Amino acid sequence: MSRPESTLHGLGAEFPSAASLMHAAEKVRDSGFRKWDVYSPFPIHGMDAAMGFQRSRVSLFSLLGGITGLTSAFVLIYYTSALNYPLIVQGKPYFALEPSMPIFFELTVLLTAFGTIIGLLLLTLMPRLHHPVFNWDRFKRVSDDGFFLVLEAGDPRFEKGASRRFLEELGGSHITEIYQDPDPFPHPARPEAKGHA
Amino acid sequence: MRAANPASEAAFAKAAEYIDRKPLVSNKRPLSWITDHVCRIVEQPAPLWWWIATVFFGAVAALTPAMLTYLVATGVGVWGLNVPVCWAWDITNFVFWIGIGHAGTLISAILFLTRQKWRTSINRSAEAMTIFAVICAGIFPAFHVGRIWFAWFLFPIPNANAIWQNFRSPLLWDVFAVSTYFTVSLIFWYLGLIPDLASLRDRATTRLRQMVYGLLSLGWRGSNRQWTHYEKAYLILAGISTPLVLSVHSVVSFDFATSIVPGWHTTIFPPYFVAGAIFGGFAMVLTLLIPFRELYGLHDLVTDKHIDNMCKITLLTGSLVGYAYSMEFFIAWYSGNPYEIYAFMNRAFGPYWWAYWAMITCNVIAPQLFWFKYCRQNPWVVLALVMFPNTGMWFERFVIIVTSIHRDFLPSSWGYFSPTWVDITLFIGTIGLFVFLFLLFVRFLPMITMFEVKNVTPEADPHHHGEHDSHGHASRPAPAKAHA
Repeated sequence: MSRPESTLHGLGAEFPSAASLMHAAEKVRDSGFRKWDVYSPFPIHGMDAAMGFQRSRVSLFSLLGGITGLTSAFVLIYYTSALNYPLIVQGKPYFALEPSMPIFFELTVLLTAFGTIIGLLLLTLMPRLHHPVFNWDRFKRVSDDGFFLVLEAGDPRFEKGASRRFLEELGGSHITEIYQDPDPFPHPARPEAKGHA
Repeated sequence: MRAANPASEAAFAKAAEYIDRKPLVSNKRPLSWITDHVCRIVEQPAPLWWWIATVFFGAVAALTPAMLTYLVATGVGVWGLNVPVCWAWDITNFVFWIGIGHAGTLISAILFLTRQKWRTSINRSAEAMTIFAVICAGIFPAFHVGRIWFAWFLFPIPNANAIWQNFRSPLLWDVFAVSTYFTVSLIFWYLGLIPDLASLRDRATTRLRQMVYGLLSLGWRGSNRQWTHYEKAYLILAGISTPLVLSVHSVVSFDFATSIVPGWHTTIFPPYFVAGAIFGGFAMVLTLLIPFRELYGLHDLVTDKHIDNMCKITLLTGSLVGYAYSMEFFIAWYSGNPYEIYAFMNRAFGPYWWAYWAMITCNVIAPQLFWFKYCRQNPWVVLALVMFPNTGMWFERFVIIVTSIHRDFLPSSWGYFSPTWVDITLFIGTIGLFVFLFLLFVRFLPMITMFEVKNVTPEADPHHHGEHDSHGHASRPAPAKAHA
């Protein structure tokens, strides 16, 4: 409590079940909060709608990866077999679609997989090894059987007292203030202004 | 949705009793029990049997580098292959291992897309098995090239000879297919591991564990902003892995089918190889899971229902393989081609008759016992029975490869292949390597996908409020309620 207000990350609350977490999420969504999140040991079916999310854009990265894969397979085969060093093997044409299909397919799949994983890492901002929520003791149970909701202080609707009451109304327990780590290297020219990053 | 009148309500209840599914997690275990039971394997000191098994299989695995060193230092002549049988044990072993590597991705991708929820408690170990099997498989063709130090010629890297790879050759397709399959399977496996590695991180009691699992879990927080992208990425990877898993063994079969050798040149090869791969793969999953479930007491997670399902898949694919064997004979006869007919008669009644009938016994006859419920319900009977497909699928590849080429177009060059001690020891070495890697896997990584198993428990259903027992009903659409 004695910690500076600017390092407050948000208010966390624990919920007893996936169902109660989802109902709470629906109400937070309707209240207009933007900077908040729910945490659970497994993906909860219907939670995306409860939080008001659009479709995930990972598929866009997959598509880009797939197009890159197919194009590079074509360029690779056509350039090496028909342009750079055409060589007659078994009287087959230098380039034809049929024998190229397996490589087209494999490289498309390979680069789609790369695109998907890159997209996932970019969209989820991983790897990010540290995060303020890890400062909360109870949060360790998130990967076991804990269901949590965190309202972040960066949201314009956030107000410590009112937000705490809001979480209580939603049925949350163990409501806790979560702080960011104090800046280990404070810069004199950069006073606490970065709190609401 | 449900009718309001009490008579039909009662009829519904009665029907529900009949069609009630066995729960995927027995004994109504809570979520924390699942975490605890799976993580315990990694966290508690390794049991004595683990040390004994790991040292033993580690020693057997050491035969692999030993034999490979001897092979490279002396020359390929230490293997038994020679004209006319230039593809012998090494390619047999390659196809055998790559086939085993099919069940993992099949379970994780195809059963995911078809919403088979029972896959959740077996997919992790099956995927691990896939990766280890592909590692074992890769050794053989790499060394089969003869001059292993030129193996990089297989990849399109500009070289001093200025000649590129022959993209019209199925052998090059194989390079791309197998390396893509390995890479994508590894990505898929790792993606599935991330939330479970976070569980291990959060439970870590030592600094080292916390650091290692913390780094590996990439800072996973289980936030829904992560889950939403995670689920999409998993779905896409499952979507692309499905055709991939079917393509790999198809491409492997092209190595044979696009040649003009009687016995190889058949259009049935791709589906026949894929069915055989799934057959052999599931047999291997059962071989590994039954003992480990017993040793670690995982009966509530890998239930008898799981084993029963896998036995049914083994029965189905075994029968498909049997159909393919008979269809090959039929087509040989129907083609009227005397060379084709000879190749098949020679296969069944020629000098390698013993291999052919071993294959038929193991792959076609033995799995038929899975029609009996008793054989599917008793894990030890299952374990004994799946040893037949394990052996039979090796014989199948041996039969296809060796019997087709040991009597080729010129009778003057007919021969009989016998393996040398190096062939045999190297194969035993890769079996050791496979089991050794699997033992390391169960020791250091969660062998059951905890977050997915939690997801098929009734608690995971957002409409579950605990006021009534709906265990095992999770897959049924819940009536719209509780939103008031």
